[in-house]
Amino acid sequence: MNPLRTSRAVVAAAAAVVLSVTSTGLANAAAGAPRDSGDNGKIVVGIKFDQPGIGLKTPDGKYTGFDVDVATYVAKQLGHDPKDIEWKEAKSADRETLLQRGDVDFIAASYSITPKRAEKVDFAGPYLLAHQDVLIRADDDSIKKPSDLNNKKLCSVTGSTSAQNVKDKIAPNAQLQQYGGYSECLTGLENGVIDAVTTDDAILAGYAAQPEFKGKFKLGGFKMSNENYGIGVQKGSDLKAKINTALEKMVADGSWQAAVDKNLGPSGYQNEPAPKIGVIVQ
Amino acid sequence: MKDKPTVLYDVPGPRARRRNVLWSVLFLIGLAAVVWWVAASLADKNQLAWAKWAPFFTDARVWETYILPALKNTVIAAALSMVIALPLGAFLGILRLSDHIVVRSVAGSVVEFFRAIPVLILMLFADAAYSEFTDISPDNRPLYAVVTGLVLYNASVLAEVVRAGILALPTGQTDAAKAIGMRKGQIMTHVLLPQAVTAMLPALVSQLVVIVKDTALGGAMLGFSELLASVRPMSANYGANTIACFTVVAVIFIALNFALTTFASRLERRLRRGKKTTGAVVGVEAVEELAAPGEHPDTRRGPSG
Amino acid sequence: MFDFLQGYDLLGAFWVTVQLTVYSAIGSLVWGTLLAAMRVSPVPLMRGFGTAYVNIVRNIPLTVIIVFTSLGLFQTLGVSLGAERFTTINFRLAVLGLTAYTSAFVCEALRSGINTVPLGQVEAARAIGLSFPQVLRLIVLPQAFRSVVAPLANVLIALTKNTTVAATIGVAEAALLMREMIENEAQLLLISAIFAVGFLCLTLPTGLLLGWVAKKVAVKR
Repeated sequence: MNPLRTSRAVVAAAAAVVLSVTSTGLANAAAGAPRDSGDNGKIVVGIKFDQPGIGLKTPDGKYTGFDVDVATYVAKQLGHDPKDIEWKEAKSADRETLLQRGDVDFIAASYSITPKRAEKVDFAGPYLLAHQDVLIRADDDSIKKPSDLNNKKLCSVTGSTSAQNVKDKIAPNAQLQQYGGYSECLTGLENGVIDAVTTDDAILAGYAAQPEFKGKFKLGGFKMSNENYGIGVQKGSDLKAKINTALEKMVADGSWQAAVDKNLGPSGYQNEPAPKIGVIVQ
Repeated sequence: MKDKPTVLYDVPGPRARRRNVLWSVLFLIGLAAVVWWVAASLADKNQLAWAKWAPFFTDARVWETYILPALKNTVIAAALSMVIALPLGAFLGILRLSDHIVVRSVAGSVVEFFRAIPVLILMLFADAAYSEFTDISPDNRPLYAVVTGLVLYNASVLAEVVRAGILALPTGQTDAAKAIGMRKGQIMTHVLLPQAVTAMLPALVSQLVVIVKDTALGGAMLGFSELLASVRPMSANYGANTIACFTVVAVIFIALNFALTTFASRLERRLRRGKKTTGAVVGVEAVEELAAPGEHPDTRRGPSG
Repeated sequence: MFDFLQGYDLLGAFWVTVQLTVYSAIGSLVWGTLLAAMRVSPVPLMRGFGTAYVNIVRNIPLTVIIVFTSLGLFQTLGVSLGAERFTTINFRLAVLGLTAYTSAFVCEALRSGINTVPLGQVEAARAIGLSFPQVLRLIVLPQAFRSVVAPLANVLIALTKNTTVAATIGVAEAALLMREMIENEAQLLLISAIFAVGFLCLTLPTGLLLGWVAKKVAVKR
């Protein structure tokens, strides 16, 4: 046997594997040109991609929700056309990191202002006062007040504080199921395995407003905590003041209420009046 | 390891065959009962409702917006990782067989270190490092981080595959090569490696499948929009049809990996037909045996295939 | 620097990780052995089932399997594995999912171990009239197990790392605590590093110990 020929055959074969697997992949990777870091009108905004009514990537590739509308308005006030906004997914755990690294210009992603987070990033706003609430089946009459949650089966997402809050303070005998996303909780609620999904009422309202769930679920209306949604910016960024001005204008000209009604209204969500900028309700 | 006459039992006679048929029928009945139970329960809980599954069949936008771009990312990340990890792994594996103790032990420590740390954490660190020390655009950084994590981990595992593959070759090959005056490098590149590649293919392939599946880790925490991560926005849009979404994604993963393994086994058969092998096979088992940190017993010869 | 660790039960979370690992390891060993037996059995349908099972399960990401135990088995099919409370149910479901996944790898390791048993022994066993189950139980498997301790050790290490996936259905193990801490403390890298070290503490000794055992029990041929 001829060693040279063998090795060539092997190399050729290996190259064939590699090429066939990567030909499409590499072409595509090369096509994804890096984002212009220059200031030619582009702005990168972090939002949630999977929260109906708040921030949702819809099947036509667009983004809808209250956070999206607020961010669009703010970006416009900052001098950016809606088409110049690049939306980036900001998962809960990633938000501080995204801001600290400058991957996004600002984040509007059901981002509650807390002292720990405020150590890492700056917050403009708040622009919405939400409360921790529960979503229950429409025909469930057994949950009328927070203490009714005792011995019930609650669901929330992994690592979130809201579920822990109920268990620690309001209904110590409640059982807690945690999933990677709210969708799994809703499947459980629909199946009757879960009695109540708990998180901020604004998020729950978005789910309840979905056409698939019309008339199936309702909000408890319990107001178990105060969540001040702020717009996160990099520590020390001059964007904070500008965004605050934009938010004040948004409330003043009625766009704020319109955005609330459009995104959260359909579920019968009773919103709090627009919060005063810089006032955090404890 | 393919279907071949086994020595574990006799060729079934008429009675054994009847018994086999009986067993098979019982088994099928049991399986059918389970399937029926699952389907009935799903229907009972409204999970088979057409509304939950319809988007995948009637709405092309589901594929265009969520699944296909995500699948593309999964394939890119997996392909890049394979392309980089294979040569790097081969290189590390050869270094571990070096005659110089320093080279051997350095390569050994690198391999052991990267194998012991969860891949997800390797990815997180790569992401942080790229953000800190390079100006890779934030859009591409998750991909870079995922590929880096996968390459570091899998190159280490592949290094063991390569080492096992080379050790599995008959020593006569090296002796003969030495006898005709080849140098160490020549022996490796012209004699050992070409033969080892065919012997290693089964183990290589199972590691490649691992790479494909592990791209999903990037979606969990790095914001890399790969296939599994596409479930979340998708299910949020269609009334929390989580079961349908996860099922579709699982099927795509199976298809992807099945295509990969099928292609590889075709390649393996072609290489073997060329009679350019000693018949040595390194299964996953031989590699895993080497792979345990600490002691490394000599590789067994696999059964000839 | 580490004062934020206060108020978190790190050891408790890792203890759950250990428990998940141990129960799943036992489960996978049993189910994986049965699968291996099926894959070499004389009944074609069982062979087919074993092959199909291994090939499907190995090709699905573990996350999907774990999510299915909860969404599919528990929520939809009502399988609660004899437990009442979510914590217990989820723990058992996670063990079930990890077992289902890991046993495919155990099966493959064992099957290769079976291949190392010399043909002569099997032929001798059949010659003295042992049936297939007897051949497997008395002659083949005892030797196969001894020769695959090292590969199984690797499966065990992978299993230890894989238990982190149980966080997706809310089992309070290390990875879930890690996410909770990241969410509350906003210290992504430092917290990840702490948990990386935690896993190193679990996996390295396992590997070393079983590597030593493997050498001890290896069948000398």
